[in-house]
Amino acid sequence: MTERITKSMAKNIYYGGGIFALMIFIALTFDTVQQIPERSNEVDMTPSVVAGKKLWEDNNCVGCHTLIGEGAYYAPELMNVFQRRGGSDEAVFKAYMKGWMAVQPIEIPNRRKMPQFNLTDNQVDNLSDFLIWTSKVDANEWPPTIEG
Amino acid sequence: MKYSSQMVAKPYFIFALILLAGEILFGLLMAIQYVYGDFLFPLIPFNVLRMVHTNLLIVLILFGFMGATYYLIPEETESELWSPKLAIVTFWVFLVAGVTTILGYLFVPYAHLTELTFNNLLPTMGREFLEQPLPTKVGIVLVVLSYLLNTGMTILKGRRTVITTVLMTGLIGLAFFFLFAFYVPDNLIMDKFFWWFTVHLWVEATWELIMGAILAFVLIKVTGVDREHIDKWLYLIIAMTMVSGILGTGHHFFYMGAPEYWLWIGSISSAVEPLPFLLMVLFAFTMSRERKIQHDNEMALTWAKGTAVMAFIGAGVWGFFHTLAPVNMFTHGTQLTAAHGHLSFYGAYIMIIFTIISYAMPILRGRPHGNCAKAQKVELTSFWMMNIGMMGLTLALSAAGIVQILDQRVGTELIGFMESQESIAGIYMVRGGFGLLVFIGLMTYFSSFFIKEEAK
Repeated sequence: MTERITKSMAKNIYYGGGIFALMIFIALTFDTVQQIPERSNEVDMTPSVVAGKKLWEDNNCVGCHTLIGEGAYYAPELMNVFQRRGGSDEAVFKAYMKGWMAVQPIEIPNRRKMPQFNLTDNQVDNLSDFLIWTSKVDANEWPPTIEG
Repeated sequence: MKYSSQMVAKPYFIFALILLAGEILFGLLMAIQYVYGDFLFPLIPFNVLRMVHTNLLIVLILFGFMGATYYLIPEETESELWSPKLAIVTFWVFLVAGVTTILGYLFVPYAHLTELTFNNLLPTMGREFLEQPLPTKVGIVLVVLSYLLNTGMTILKGRRTVITTVLMTGLIGLAFFFLFAFYVPDNLIMDKFFWWFTVHLWVEATWELIMGAILAFVLIKVTGVDREHIDKWLYLIIAMTMVSGILGTGHHFFYMGAPEYWLWIGSISSAVEPLPFLLMVLFAFTMSRERKIQHDNEMALTWAKGTAVMAFIGAGVWGFFHTLAPVNMFTHGTQLTAAHGHLSFYGAYIMIIFTIISYAMPILRGRPHGNCAKAQKVELTSFWMMNIGMMGLTLALSAAGIVQILDQRVGTELIGFMESQESIAGIYMVRGGFGLLVFIGLMTYFSSFFIKEEAK
């Protein structure tokens, strides 16, 4: 197969193909950046949502959980935890979150443990707002079921 | 050894191997905590074990690439390294930064670590694989710049080959795409989108160029095949890498908030992603068959063939399993991703580092014909132990992923995550067993270094 391809042909495929792919990628990147604000409802990104994201990062939540399918697989997916544990009701979810965060770590022998992060009520609300916002992102119909 | 400056590669190789041992050890601890949640808790929570595990992997690969570069670049350019001193200083800077970061992870609660390391000034932490504190990230930039400078200057003053060009392109790409690690927008979706510019374009584009260059170098040395012939193969491989890998980034944009067209673009281009790896397999085996010399270091060629095959299985085949959008709808965020991640990193990047170490280390230790037959025999045993171990743990993780999908995502009788995980505990134990085999394999590999040469 390679007998018919010369070194300079191979070289041209590399540069030509590589630059072509890169150009399409850059063009689509621009378009995606234009579309993300609408798909993610950026208008609803309140200061509390932004603060929640920072807390999510500062406590390395992604080291155990997935969020929209990305992260570690040690603990449940949280994109739809608002629907799963809060029944899509903000007040219910926020109350649930306060209770949940307060009782960690749950003392069931050999159950996987979530550390106690000692967050204030306000901070837990920020996290809840962040997760509520995330649950409304248009992720092309993902996750497939409520169990995530 | 033709050039005395090649010697700087040695500490890089040794330290990469030490980090690999640590990486696997933390992997084993995680495997235990997966099944026994009380293990090491609250001393080392899972997220910390995982950070250490993945960060050690990234750092050890960078050490391996640097060692490989400093070994091969003088021979390729036919001139001494621009500054061996800078290479040694960089080694120690990187070592201290790396070790301090790992100790920070282990001994300082993460939230506190973010405060201590100026994360409030420029938040970059707490994102998967890019958890490093700001000073470490800046350190990585400096180390990579020094690496680029040293390599670039050496290439400028010496002979230019296809291998040096490809390697340099890969290095520049590596340096450039890491800069996205500093861009953390408030919008999570935007953040995720650009996060992949570092993560995907490292692993599935620029690193593949570096891997291709190292593989081509070792094959030239151990097969004696004409360079023109090798160059053509290398160009073809990296052409396929670029065409499939860049737009293949799209397979990460299916279900994370990016537009629908990525479903098509990601699926089509990443369906081509196995191709460069298939070409690498053909490349390694064809060169081996057409070899002009019978090099006494048979293990180097074994690793070269092995890395091509395992990268093809791990990155190519296991990647393809879940890369089509309709399939990925169900596999996204499950253990199948972990299965693919483990085998592809091992096959492509750990094994290419074994390949160059297996070839270069005996020469650096004054054994131009490779290690003695006895040492090579032990090394071959370790080769199979690690390959079988990695294959086994990949199969176990794949099985876990499939059960997870059936439990949580298909049909009407769904169960929750935690319940599903409990049903998979047995499979996770099997995974741990194979992980242990990998670790014992690595120890066997280490022992091959200490086998004394037979008196001739």
